Amino acid sequence: MSDVEKIKQIISKELEIDEAEVVDSASLVDDLGADSLSVMELMIAFDDEFGVEVPEEDYDKLLTVGDIVNYITSNK
Amino acid sequence: MPLLKGKTAVITGASRGIGADIARKFADEGANLLIAATNESLLNQVKDEIERAGIDIEFKTVDISDSSSFSELIKYAMETFGAVDILVNNAGITRDKLIMAMKDEDWDTVLNVNLKGTFNGIKAVTRAMLKAKKGTIINITSVVGITGNAGQANYSASKAGIIGLTKSAAKELASRNIRVNAIAPGYIETDMTDSISDIARENFIKNIPLGKSGTGSDVANLAAFLASEESNYITGQVINVDGGLLM
Repeated sequence: MSDVEKIKQIISKELEIDEAEVVDSASLVDDLGADSLSVMELMIAFDDEFGVEVPEEDYDKLLTVGDIVNYITSNK
Repeated sequence: MPLLKGKTAVITGASRGIGADIARKFADEGANLLIAATNESLLNQVKDEIERAGIDIEFKTVDISDSSSFSELIKYAMETFGAVDILVNNAGITRDKLIMAMKDEDWDTVLNVNLKGTFNGIKAVTRAMLKAKKGTIINITSVVGITGNAGQANYSASKAGIIGLTKSAAKELASRNIRVNAIAPGYIETDMTDSISDIARENFIKNIPLGKSGTGSDVANLAAFLASEESNYITGQVINVDGGLLM
């Protein structure tokens, strides 16, 4: 499984939504129903899977699925 | 079945007093324990005393006022036991003085240990509990956090702060099945209260409806209940163990 697929799988699992909904343009909060705690849970899952620790000041930059994919793949 | 069978608890301030009594009770109830405090030899004594077949007990020194020290403690618990189901933020200190005589350092030290230390604990353990989607946190406050007490502006402010912190954390974490409650002991016989004069002690006890001081076990029994699944529908509460002093 590619990193991008793995990232989308984690988002789908953590937010308990269908993987088909996890498209690059989807907003975590507005489209996928994430709350602030689930965003933190996602970051924990990415840290565990890829060893990428996202500093809190970068959370605001990660608004869509595409933002996360770019951030994780370029900081891995 | 024992209330806490198979669960792992981290207890701060467990080298003596109420913390050691909580450790003793949790061991009776089958929990695996990481007991923590500043004094290594006292921790070792408590460990030797309560160690028994069927449970694992480890100890580690910690400075709870230092967030990285608390994080190390939780990391050690995760590596050793694979989970932290229960955190008891019990450690606390006093530096009693009248406000006019209270130095900045007396204020800062008590607030840093008691209030910031409790915050550090909640923050450090949240990650593990969020992943597990369950957990219970018990903060030890005090009736003086509700009533205030002459000579204890720093201590009572720190304990009042713990009440607000408990309720905020309970609200933040409730949706993930993490419960946060506080216990407010009244007059409990411990090392901390040994220094109180006999006359002052008699005066205290005169005002307690049940007519006696409490013991560490009285607090530990409630802690075990709040740590267990018996209290699954209780969060954000402050429960007094005070012989009826506050009603």
